[in-house]
Amino acid sequence: MRNAVKQSWITFKSIFTGMGVTIRHFFGPTVTLQYPDERMELPKGARARLFVNIDDCIGCNLCARACPVNCIDIETVAATQDVDLGKTSTGNPKRFWLTRFNIDMAKCMYCDLCVHPCPTNCIYMVPEYEYSEYDRSNLVYHFSNLEPDMVAEVKEKAELEAEQKKRDREEMMRKKAEEKAKKEMEEKKKAEEKSEATSDDKPANDKQGEE
Amino acid sequence: MTEYLTNINPVAAILIHAAIPLTIILVYALVAIWGERKIAGFIQDRLGPMRVGGWHGWAQSIADLLKLIQKEDIIPTDASRFLFKFAPFMMFAASYAAFAVIPFSSAYIGSMVNIGVFYLLAVTSVLTLSVIMAGWASNNKWSLLGGMRSAAQMVSYEVPTIATVLTVILVAGSLNLMTVTEMQAGNDTLGFLPNWLIFQNPFLISAFIIFFISILAESHRVPFDLPESESELVAGYQTEYSGMRWAMFMLAEYADMLLLSLLGAVLFFGGWNSPFGDFMGGPLWGYFWFMLKGLLLVFVMMWIRWTLPRYRVDQLMHICWSILIPLSFINLVLTALWEVIF
Amino acid sequence: MMEVISKDTGKREMVINMGPQHPSTHGVLRLELVLDGEVIKEAEPNIGYLHRCFEKYAELMDDYAKVIPYTDRMDYVSAINQEHGYVIALERMLELEVPERVEYIRVIMAELQRIASHLLGIGAFGLDLGAFTPFLYCFTEREKILDIFERATGARLLYNYFAVAGLMRDVHPEFKTETSDFVKTFRPKIKELNDLLSYNSIFIKRTANIGVLPEKVAFNYGASGPVLRGSGVKWDLRKNDPYSIYDRFDFEIPVGSGELGTLGDCWDRYIVRVREMEQSLRIIEQALDGMPDEGDVMAAIPKRIRPKEGEIYTRTETPRGELGYYIISDKSASAFRVKARAPSFVHLSMLPAISKGSLIADMVAIVGSIDIVLGEVDR
Repeated sequence: MRNAVKQSWITFKSIFTGMGVTIRHFFGPTVTLQYPDERMELPKGARARLFVNIDDCIGCNLCARACPVNCIDIETVAATQDVDLGKTSTGNPKRFWLTRFNIDMAKCMYCDLCVHPCPTNCIYMVPEYEYSEYDRSNLVYHFSNLEPDMVAEVKEKAELEAEQKKRDREEMMRKKAEEKAKKEMEEKKKAEEKSEATSDDKPANDKQGEE
Repeated sequence: MTEYLTNINPVAAILIHAAIPLTIILVYALVAIWGERKIAGFIQDRLGPMRVGGWHGWAQSIADLLKLIQKEDIIPTDASRFLFKFAPFMMFAASYAAFAVIPFSSAYIGSMVNIGVFYLLAVTSVLTLSVIMAGWASNNKWSLLGGMRSAAQMVSYEVPTIATVLTVILVAGSLNLMTVTEMQAGNDTLGFLPNWLIFQNPFLISAFIIFFISILAESHRVPFDLPESESELVAGYQTEYSGMRWAMFMLAEYADMLLLSLLGAVLFFGGWNSPFGDFMGGPLWGYFWFMLKGLLLVFVMMWIRWTLPRYRVDQLMHICWSILIPLSFINLVLTALWEVIF
Repeated sequence: MMEVISKDTGKREMVINMGPQHPSTHGVLRLELVLDGEVIKEAEPNIGYLHRCFEKYAELMDDYAKVIPYTDRMDYVSAINQEHGYVIALERMLELEVPERVEYIRVIMAELQRIASHLLGIGAFGLDLGAFTPFLYCFTEREKILDIFERATGARLLYNYFAVAGLMRDVHPEFKTETSDFVKTFRPKIKELNDLLSYNSIFIKRTANIGVLPEKVAFNYGASGPVLRGSGVKWDLRKNDPYSIYDRFDFEIPVGSGELGTLGDCWDRYIVRVREMEQSLRIIEQALDGMPDEGDVMAAIPKRIRPKEGEIYTRTETPRGELGYYIISDKSASAFRVKARAPSFVHLSMLPAISKGSLIADMVAIVGSIDIVLGEVDR
């Protein structure tokens, strides 16, 4: 009996302690942020969206290789000799046209692994988190600043140059081959002349030997 | 008021009579659902609904109601269709009918019957039936478990409720709630306290505690919300319900909570009597005081809900049968003795 | 309806599926329960709803470092601790020295994460038993920890913060003051939590003597972490098999004592977590005192990770128990085999053993008390 009374006393006491805690919170401050009206300030280094400063990109592909989920898609075209793409702000020379630099934020897992290998620090995370889309394809961010016709032009140019180079090389190869052939021919000739000169004696020698 | 209306048009009188508690219930339910969410929010350091309607989201319940009306009424293929459709309305009808004998103010009571308390307890028993109906008809195992639990719980907790109500009736000497309220008028107890029954007899205080615990269980509130305990039975007997039918359950539940709180206010806290004697008296103030007392009890129920975990089903039965029922009967006997001696 | 019921009543048993869409199965656990009334006759956990091929990924990646973000996603509630085990394994394989400052930051981070994880575990446990409010109080506190993490690492949940022999970035300058502020404000909150939940008599009624895990059963199933300590075994890898710099700190291992019920019941497992949070606070305070202010955290990170041919098993104490990584290297750039020994998986496997004969409401309490994370169970 005494035990039962004690038990129910403990029960009531613990219930009232709990209710005391909740009523204190009832009159206490709230922690809610009314989201669209108030926004949480994201810290400087927050990882929320990838951003590429395309002017600094040298197209080295290191970020794409570091990505565990292959969400970075880079296509580069070598710059022709007549254009100078300049240098990045860090002083690295740019040698490639970036015809495609797409990041699929739907695939990205915000791991930050692409940021560290970048030699020019041009790919980094920005604290920008409101980018929901109705269509998933809108989450693919295109960072390349080349116009489509520019891309075509660049590609054509590069192809031309490549062809030219190829032709040049072929030309060179042919020339080389020709020269080589010439040389060989000459050498052959010389050799033949020499051998002719010597061959006059040789048979004689042979003959002598035979004899 | 009643007589005046009846003289003009008896049918209109009946309709108006019936409409008054319905209006009260509907308005109360909208306010209470919003209020509960706000209370829960503030207790949990949140704000609760803030968007709909401007100031503190006061129109949230209305928006929810509109949404629920528009929702598709899904009936599971293998459900017992008639019972499934009927259960929510029966539940609401039962709690609505019970309001007939509640004296909202000195000028208004739905039906001035001599067996008021008896009628109220009898009608609320139908709630159990509708819960079992809903649980069984849904053809869902979780619903069934919820329904069974609920049946056991409500049948058990009716016993201590009735025993404590009986204690009050013993002191008051009438089953008519209007009479019970009228006899609590005045401010004479110990010179300053109102003549409310809870101050009349020390054993009525313990009776009130038992009564309050029992009504928590009867209206399925934490810590006794086992029939719909979310983390165990998904949603208990309401699992398969959606849209308007689910809203009816919700409405009935809140109406039931108000009903039992108001019953507590009548039986222990002087009903529509003002705590300051004749000051702020009269029918309208009476209605104000009555609702205030009822809503305070509702607030305490909500406060408890957002503080405590819930009991297990066997512990619930244990509390009822081996603690509350013996205590309430001992209390009844002691109250009777007190009344005889003093 | 009639058919279904009569089929079951023939055996007086009912088969019920708890989950995968159930409010208290902590994600996507599916339990197949055979019930007699509300009494559980048999319980069978069905897993695999969150399987993401972690181990296969670890083999397919062309770099060891690329696996670290995937370890985060195993137990997403305590991501830092998952990384910690993996980088320690790699450091031991490569025989690398870790700079002092890195070690201290790692320990602080790991302990903060332990508190955050326990807060979630405790809150969700209360929620399972119907107490909604403690859950949100716990979340408020957890949020503060995540704020510290966000400022230091840039992410709130999946950090990818630890690198082999270093960190991905240095902590922010206010890290020390912020953390010690948090430690100060958090102590009173534990007391409040105790008032509200731990010593609430309804909570005790629901958890004491429920789901008793005797010491022997715990050993046989290979339990670890708070579940094992709840059964009264003083076993903590931070003390028993020290890794990182845990041997430098002074802290205790709280164990269950059965003070309110039987040894090894749900309440014991619960209170071990609460007391562990206090011990973690102690470690954080000591580590903050000892942490060197200067030092490059990224200097020692190797450019290429090519371990020698061989294999290694390292274990660390995560909030859920012993997390082991077994790595076989074949001298190539990626592992030949990575096996993660997940504590949640082990603990889930003993669910049938400790839940037999209890009520369906107790099942919820037991699942809550072993504090599983389905991401780690399925991997």
